[in-house]
Parts: sequence; C-alpha cells; structure tokens
Amino acid sequence: MLTKLTLTEARAGLAARKFSARDLAKAHLDAIDRLNPKLNAYITVVPEQDVLTAADAADARYAAGTARPMEGLPVGVKDLFCTKGIKTTAASKILANFIPPYESTVTARLLDAGSLFVGKTNLDEFAMGSANITSAYGAVLNPWQRKGDEATALVPGGSSGGSAAAVAAGLALAATGTDTGGSIRQPAAFCGIVGLKPTYGRCSRWGTIAYASSLDQAGPMTRTVADAGLMLEAMAGFDEKDSTCSNRPVPAFAQAVGKSIKGLRVGIPAEYRAPGLSPEISAMWEQGIAWLRDAGCEIVDVSLPHTKYGLATYYIIAPAECSSNLARYDGIRFGERKDAATLDGIYEATRAAGFGEEVRSRILMGTYVLSAGYYDAYYLKAQKVRTLIKRDFVEAFEKVDVLLTPTAPSAAFAQGENMADPVQMYLNDIFTVPASMAGVPALSVPVGLDSKGLPLGLQIIGRHFDEETVLSVGGALEAAAGFAHTPTLHAEAGA
Amino acid sequence: MSYIIEGKTGNWEIVVGLEVHAQIISQSKLFSGSSTTFGAEPNTQVSLVDAAFPGMLPVLNKECVAQAVRTGLGLNARINLQSRFDRKNYFYADLPQGYQISQFEFPIVGEGTIEIELPGGETRQIGITRLHMEQDAGKLLHDQDPARSFVDLNRSGVALMEIVSEPDIRAPEEAGAYLRKLRQILRYLGTCDGNMDEGSMRADVNVSVRKAGEPFRTRCEIKNVNSIRFVMQAIEAEAARQVEIWENGGEVDQETRLFDPARGETRTMRSKEDAHDYRYFPDPDLLPLVIEQDWVDSLKAALPELPDAKRARFQQEYGVTFYDAGVLVAEQSVADYFETVAKGRDGKLAVTWVTGDLFAAMNRMGRTIENCPVSAQALGKMLDLIADGTINGKIAKDVFEDMVETGESPDAIVEKKGLKQVTDTGVIDAAIDSVMTKNADKVDEYRSGKDKLFGFFVGQVMKETKGKANPALVNEALKTKLNG
Repeated sequence: MLTKLTLTEARAGLAARKFSARDLAKAHLDAIDRLNPKLNAYITVVPEQDVLTAADAADARYAAGTARPMEGLPVGVKDLFCTKGIKTTAASKILANFIPPYESTVTARLLDAGSLFVGKTNLDEFAMGSANITSAYGAVLNPWQRKGDEATALVPGGSSGGSAAAVAAGLALAATGTDTGGSIRQPAAFCGIVGLKPTYGRCSRWGTIAYASSLDQAGPMTRTVADAGLMLEAMAGFDEKDSTCSNRPVPAFAQAVGKSIKGLRVGIPAEYRAPGLSPEISAMWEQGIAWLRDAGCEIVDVSLPHTKYGLATYYIIAPAECSSNLARYDGIRFGERKDAATLDGIYEATRAAGFGEEVRSRILMGTYVLSAGYYDAYYLKAQKVRTLIKRDFVEAFEKVDVLLTPTAPSAAFAQGENMADPVQMYLNDIFTVPASMAGVPALSVPVGLDSKGLPLGLQIIGRHFDEETVLSVGGALEAAAGFAHTPTLHAEAGA
Repeated sequence: MSYIIEGKTGNWEIVVGLEVHAQIISQSKLFSGSSTTFGAEPNTQVSLVDAAFPGMLPVLNKECVAQAVRTGLGLNARINLQSRFDRKNYFYADLPQGYQISQFEFPIVGEGTIEIELPGGETRQIGITRLHMEQDAGKLLHDQDPARSFVDLNRSGVALMEIVSEPDIRAPEEAGAYLRKLRQILRYLGTCDGNMDEGSMRADVNVSVRKAGEPFRTRCEIKNVNSIRFVMQAIEAEAARQVEIWENGGEVDQETRLFDPARGETRTMRSKEDAHDYRYFPDPDLLPLVIEQDWVDSLKAALPELPDAKRARFQQEYGVTFYDAGVLVAEQSVADYFETVAKGRDGKLAVTWVTGDLFAAMNRMGRTIENCPVSAQALGKMLDLIADGTINGKIAKDVFEDMVETGESPDAIVEKKGLKQVTDTGVIDAAIDSVMTKNADKVDEYRSGKDKLFGFFVGQVMKETKGKANPALVNEALKTKLNG
C-alpha cells in the first residue's frame, strides 16, 4: 500500500516507524521499474543507489527526531526545474545533455524540507502543450482507461502530464508542476489528482526553465488538498533572485484544509457556461455547487465579461515571451550544437534540429506578434485585454470569496484526438487560462468519474495570495465528493 | 562657430547627434553579481545569469540606478521616477540571452543640456534627449585561431548608460567639445571613467548635411567610434561623402556605417533593408523601476561640485582668469590639487605655479597629477616660504626643481642647501661694498648718469650672496650707497 499513501499519511507512518524511508523509496523505484516503460511518466530516474542513500539519511533523521516536514517523501520533479547534477531537458532535444550546475529555488526548498527526488517527470516540450504529446522523449500515457475501451491510449493532459501520471499511478507520492495557462490544473483533472497553481509570485521562478515569464508559476500536484497545502509550504517564499517573487510570509497552508467554509460566498461565472461544454461536466459542476451550498456557502452569480478573450490573449502573450525566452538556446554555450559554415547557419541548424514542431510554431507566432507593424495590433492590444481580464477577477472578488468552475471542457481524450487543428487543442485551456492571465491562485480537485469511468475535476479560483481560502473550499469539496478511485494502470493494481 | 562645406551647388551645413555609451562605474554588473574589473582573463567574470543559463533571472543592481540618476542630475536632466526595462531581441554570439535588456520606451532620465565651450570662448547649449541603462554585450575574439572565433563574456551584462544628444551639433569641433565636456562631467560625478581606449566610453555618430534653412535630410549612423579625434574625422569624412552624393544627383541611404581611421573614410555596415527588427517588449522578468523623489533628492544633495560651478567659484574665490579656471577644472584631480595649494594663500601666485612650473615639470617627466612627485601640500608650503620671506621667487624656482627631483619638502631643501634668504643688512652692505670696490669704474659711470647700470649692480650683489639676498633690501641699500 506504500504507493497509495498521501504525503500526510506517509509522513505519519515514517514518524511512527511503521515503515522506513528506504521501504518507501524502494516501493516507488519498483513501481517506476514496472510501469514507467508503459507510462513514460519519467524522462530521467534518479539512480537507485542515490535514492536509497538519501532514504537512509531520512531514516536517520527520523531516528534522531530531526525529521523535516517532507522528510523521506518520494517526489517527482517536472523536468523543467533545474536540478543540480541531474539532467534537465525541458523535454527538448536541444537540452538533451544539459546537466545544470545549480538547483532551482523551488527544488532546493523541497530538498531542504527533506523531500526525496525519485526522478524528472515528462512534460510537453518547454511546457508547451495540453496533452503531453510534444515531448521529444515520447508521449506520456494516462494511467486511466475508458471503461470497455482499454485499448485506446489516453493523454494525461499537459504540460505537467508526467507529474500527473506519476502521482496518479503510484510512481511518486507527489510531484512538482508548473502552470502557465493550465499546465498543473488540466493534467490534474485528467488524471484524477489535486493540482494547485499558486498566485503568480508565490513561488520563485529562479532555476525553472522559462516558457512565458509573466505567467509561469510552480505548484504542487498531489493526491489530496491537504497534501497540496503541505507541499506548497515547502515550495513557496521570497527569493531575492527572482524580482517578481513576493516577499509575503508563507502561511501554514495545510492548516487551511478542514476549516469551516460556512458563510463563504462562492461565485459562479456565467461566461464559463460555454456552448459545447459536455453535459457530464455541466452536471458535475452543478453537483459541486450543491455540495458547497450544503456546506453553508452562499452561491452568487457573477460575470467575468472578458473571459471570452482569455484564450486569444494568452496565445499572443505566451508565445511572445517564449520567442524571446528561448532565444538563448542557440548551441553556443550549452546544449546540442549543429555545426555550420556561418554563425546564422549554426543558429538555424541547431534550432531546427533541437526544437519540436509545437515549440517552433509558438516561437514563430511570438516573433510575429512582436514584429514592427504588428506589435500594436497584437501584443499591445493583448496586454490591454489582460489588464481587463485581471480587473474582472478583482471586481468579482469584491462580491465573492472564491469562484467555482470546471477545470477542463472534457475528460482525458485519446492520443491523436484534437490533433488536426491546433486551435482545438488550445481550447483545452479555456477554463484555466483566465486565472493565469490574472495571476490569481486556482486549484483543481477531482470530484467524480464520467460515464466512461474517467475522472473530472472542478476548479476553485481565489483572490491574489489567498491560497488559504482556496484550499479550505477545495478541502470541503474533496470531503463532499469522497473521490477514492485509482486508475487501471497503478502500481498496486491487481496486487 | 560655423563649419561650412563649400560644394559645387552652394554651401552645406552639417547636422550631428551623438549617442554615447558610457560604462557605469560599479562593483558588479547591471543584473548580476559578477565583477566588472577591466582586463581580467577571458570568461572569469561570468555568472550563470551573464551566460544566460536556463532559468536564470536578472536582478537589478541598485548602485547602477543611483549612478544613472547622478548622471542625469549632472546633465541638468529630468529624472523619471518610473521607468521600465525592455528586451531588445537579436541573435549574435556575443549576446547570450538572445536579447539585450535596455530601457527603450521609458528611460530613467529625460531631457537635459550640456554647455560646451568653443575656441575663442564662445559657448553653446547642446540638448540631451535622454539617458537610459542597458546591458553591454560580450566580446568576440577573431584573432586567436585561423579557423575559429572565441567569445569572452566578461563584459556581457556590464551596465552602460546610453546618453543621446539632440541633433544640435553643427561642427566636428563641437562634437569634440561635447564629448570632452560630457566625459569631464562623468568623471567628476564618478559615474564613468571615460576611458575611450578601454572602451568604457564609445560613440555612435549620426550625421546628415543640408543647405541653410532646409529641414533635416537623411542621416547615417556611424557605429562605435572609440576616440574623440576619430569622431571628428568621421564626421568630416561622412559629411563630405554625403555632400558629394547629393551634388551628383544621388540620394543618401539611411544606413549604419563604420569609420575606418586608417583610410579616413566611412563604409557601409548595414543597409536599411538589413536593419534588425528588434521586437522590443517589456521584460517580464523585471518589475517597472520605481524610485522615490526623496532618494533622488538625497543623491542630488551628495553630488560633487561640477566643472562649470567650480570654474565660476575659482574665478571668484581665487581671482584667477576665466581661461585659467577652465584649465584648472578640466580634470578634477588638477582642480583638487590647485585648491589645496591655493586655499588660504595667494590664488594668482598659486595658479602661476600650478599651470606654469608644475605643468612644465609633469610634461617633461611624462607624469600626471596623480603620480606627481610634488604634493599639493608641499607646493603650498613652498608658497608659504615665499610669502613669509624665507626664500625669494628666484630661489623658489631652484627649490621647486629640487622638490621635483627628490620629492623632499621645501623646508628641508632650504635648510639643507642654506638657501634661506639673507635679510641681514650687514651682510648685504658688505656684499655691496665688495661689488662697488671691484667695479669702481662702473660706479663712476653710474654716478655720472648711466642709471641703467643699476640692474647690473643688483645682479652682482645677488651673485655675491648666491641669490639669497632679499631683493627689496638689496635695492634699497644699493640706491643709498650708489647715490651716497
């Protein structure tokens, strides 16, 4: 049962010496051995000896009574966080052999809290994608299968698809993700786990490979809402190396879970009742509203009028920033270089060979929207709309404490679906992008299964830096839903 | 002053604006903690941020901001309490990030002015358009290997100020005067060392020509000129080239050019068609830069006295001429030296010694004021010895030469060599008697009306006393004796 525990349970079990950190680590390494070849959730697995050495050190700390909050807990790290001495690829060929000589702030904090890293999880290349099919190291398989259609391979969502699949299938107790337009929340929903995108600025971006700097935010992907709080506490906090990182104190997030939500006002944004929303998701949303009403919340209809521009705005701003952020991958100082006769030739050959199609297309889009003659019509206009989107949220939060929406417009889809038209793929982020644009915290909680047996998630969005209320409401929703399902492909399936 | 090019079709005037890149004096780079020391081994002053490793983020160096604000204040310019950093995107091997962080749309300093002085003492105001902060790029080394180029990133990320002038300059001489004055102000402020040969100050020169009264014609930008002399030469060469094109019925293309000092000509570097589209946008890794008026005020209060103010004060306080004051304030170290010498003493005497004997000695020895063997305190002490009658002006010249050679104090030299002025009238009378005895014939000539011989007697008496006699006493006693 070691791979089915929550962080909280595992921490308690280790503290009570019911099992050792070595046992826990070994169980996860075994699970990875058996399932990763199929799921492809990890790009790099930390060598067994290194993991067990760290586990032994954790056991020593438990014995000495000096165990830290995440002591000995096996965690997967999205392969976008630079990890000292461990290959970090961003799921791109261009960083195929990049071993950072430094540790990102977020992973350094997790290590300081005692976490045990078991591997680097797969993702969409440079975090660009919503299905984890753009990785240069192969697609990730969703451990969930459609009832009666086990042969169809489903996507885990993206871009943190490897993290979501690993946590869902028992290959890590928890994992880090990053969210730019929904990259934590949508895969969490597709894989039946909890995913929290904190407020922009809550976690340092230092040492995390940038996709779109004004949107990227690290967050936890866990099995329970309380675990998300526990893990965020370890990840968050001021970092002088990131000028956009907030210096607000880090609250005891885990303690927010279980707090009464009676009297809280929950907003239901009219604009999220999008045409084409699946009836099953619509019904699940209604169910969520009913649960929160039963828990004593006041349900309030609100409007976020600029929501409809969210996706279009996102697909201008994010590519614009990425076109500039990815300029450093030129083969000159690190990564793979393709030689050519001229400097421009080196750039062209290196980048053509190193970047996949989706990354190239976003770089092209971003270059285009920043170009002379197009800047005002695209980038500048998008920034203005972004301000309006943010204002929508601020105004809504004058009337309500949180918003409740679906996380994604559908359950996990099959590999190969939504591929013909990139816009169809981009629509996956329609419910998650607005909170990213506004920089507010948002949490996806699994609340039930659809008729095909696939998990569905609901999203709770809160005020800037009010993750605590989001976690309180998420905890209540989790308790009401009682989601206890595990996917077909699981470390302990059939065991 | 007017600089006119006489063409076949009439007279042309030139229009010049300068963009000066001045390296900010700071311990560390604009957005990283790496050192900025000049001349280090290649790639030894490079942080992960400077080399643009994945996930690295810029953090603004507050000291660089203070230096930019000080410079803005020194240029009498508007300080913008809110400014912003943008990314200027282009690919080159010396630019690790693939973009330069610069202040494109909202610079930290707005309009200001510099007053320049032209030969003949005429002054002109040259407008400053703006000053902004930006990162320097690295350096490519093409001469280390026949087949390969190398990159040195020591300079990558070093803080620069780009100081942009209005197109107010009308002569190569004015461009020279502008650059000298700007460099002088930067050095006084301690915000840039102004060493053009080390590349810490470089100029992009915008040149166009026009007939009197016309609107501006197309300009060309001459990139990265690294000496004041070359700037002036480049303007002359480029203006002549443009006049020739216009007069032959051609059209000047807007382009970026390079100056070749060996051939004394400019040539195309990049045509307008090849101009980069830099895709500027606000750097999302940095917050808008907001500074407080109180902070600006405190920087202003702590600014050193600038050249123009010091020059005026020297004229007033020490009674030196406008010209001499200009010479003295040209370099702050000289001004400081002078002031130490002149303070509480005869200012006119001080300026004579500093710009006369001292400068001559330094020229002769190839020294600068910083490594001059005669300290300002020592020279001041020597003036005191003149003032209190210990030595006379003539002996002072010898004492000074001794000071230059030995670095000893004037008192010690006077003491050791027994150069103390003779004021004992007995000794002087004896010397006069001796001279008169030896030159009895000349005494007769004098007494029979040849007044001019008085100088001869003075000289002989001084010789007799080895130059140490007090000249006033000698004059007085001689008159009495000769006329007696």
